[in-house]
Amino acid sequence: MSSTDLTKPDLAKGGDLLTARGLHKSFGSHEVLAGIDLTVRRGEVVALIGPSGSGKTTVLRSLNLLETPDAGTVTLGEVSVDFAASVPRREALGLRDGSAMVFQHYNLFPHLTVLENVIEGPVRVQKRPRAEAIAEARVLLERVGLADKALVHPFKLSGGQQQRVGIVRALALRPRLLLFDEPTSALDPELVGEVLTVIKELAEEGWTMLIVTHELGFAREVADQVVFMDGGVVVEQGPPAVVLGEPREERTRQFVSRLLKPY
Amino acid sequence: MDLDWDLVQRAFWPILKWGLIGTIPLALICFALGLVIALAVALMRISGNPILAGLARGYVSVIRGTPLLVQLFVIFYGLPEIGLLWDPWPCAVVAFSMNVGGYAAEIIRAAILSVPRGQSEAAYMIGMSRWLAMRRIILPQAARVSVPPLSNTFISLVKDTSLASLILVTELFRQAQEIAAPSREFMVIYSEAAVIYWVICLVLSTGQSFLEKRLDRYVVH
Ligand SMILES: Nc1ncnc2c1ncn2[C@@H]1O[C@H](COP(=O)(O)OP(=O)(O)O)[C@@H](O)[C@H]1O
Ligand SMILES: [Mg+2]
Repeated sequence: MSSTDLTKPDLAKGGDLLTARGLHKSFGSHEVLAGIDLTVRRGEVVALIGPSGSGKTTVLRSLNLLETPDAGTVTLGEVSVDFAASVPRREALGLRDGSAMVFQHYNLFPHLTVLENVIEGPVRVQKRPRAEAIAEARVLLERVGLADKALVHPFKLSGGQQQRVGIVRALALRPRLLLFDEPTSALDPELVGEVLTVIKELAEEGWTMLIVTHELGFAREVADQVVFMDGGVVVEQGPPAVVLGEPREERTRQFVSRLLKPY
Repeated sequence: MDLDWDLVQRAFWPILKWGLIGTIPLALICFALGLVIALAVALMRISGNPILAGLARGYVSVIRGTPLLVQLFVIFYGLPEIGLLWDPWPCAVVAFSMNVGGYAAEIIRAAILSVPRGQSEAAYMIGMSRWLAMRRIILPQAARVSVPPLSNTFISLVKDTSLASLILVTELFRQAQEIAAPSREFMVIYSEAAVIYWVICLVLSTGQSFLEKRLDRYVVH
């Protein structure tokens, strides 16, 4: 079928897209990940929650190879890497192609326009035709309400707009898995909604997403699974109604109640 | 002492002319070559390779720890002893380029390190290699940061090229010496050369402010 819209996710639902087993990572003597197991099924939204310093960002960064785990295996689609074995860097980097990340502080390229930010990966890395990449970028920008901002530089945008560009930059890579690291926690409160709305729409379209967030109401509404981490391990995971509603573990209960009643 | 206005007027054009066809081209060529050296040295220093980094550090240390005039003399009077007989002009180009290379390397290195880590991480995230991230994402941002200090380096270089007169390169100051010697009006002629250097540097400073304002438009605030 030639009319496949590649700006939309692969809708073949079901089956495991991402499997991480026994991820370990230490910085010096500080063990940050002490054996993380994680599974994300195709088309599923997984919310990763947990106190600050529990290793959530390190999990995402490991999946995108911004950190190299000391041990553990990660399988994403057809690519599988065992970090305990001495894998060639080039081979491990194959993992990165399957996922794209949205950063807490957006990390847009300030010297490039919004459109250039979005097509940089498709054109320079994936070597796709420039005209095609631009057309696709414009569709994606339109979808997040930023069609008129294509030619401006990021510093002219609000935080919420910048983060929406961050999301479009990730989508333009045509990843199979989207990684979000607290996508709204750097935003002013009144700008949080516009970003969460975009993520919610992506979930409805069927994108597979792993989202680190402190927005428990959002997680409850959007996530299929909630994973609670503390001290470098997964303490509890399951459907949002269970993990957020009636957690089995005491540590989860404390964390959830503290976040729901912050004062 | 009567000011010899006639001499001042007769000297003005030849001195200015050698500023424009001697000093400025020499400075431009040495600056361009110096930047190439500087970029290579800066990349060596941050390469993570201890041998390359050590060589780069040693180079910068020698260049910054010895007088420019001595560097110039080592090349002009030293190279013939090892069988390399070069004209004054290429000797001056080598000496000044290497000198600029040492100073500008530190400027470029600092500028590269000033680009936030999140920039290279975003570049890697979109699939770039280390080198592509450096070329497309880091260096363009580092270039903006280094424009003000590099402009200062260029202005210093314009003045430093007067040292080339000591190895008989014809440029602004050499021309002034050649006019001053027979007339014996050292005060007048050298002051006139000073004023011409000053005006050239004023023009360059203005250009520098203009450039900085333009680049500032794209910088994150
Ligand atoms: N590059 C690093 N070097 C040293 N320590 C780090 C590094 N990155 C993260 N850490 C530490 O690892 C721990 C977990 O960090 P992180 O994964 O960012 O947690 P979270 O995202 O859950 O807040 C923290 O204590 C942090 O200080
Ligand atoms: Mg974090």
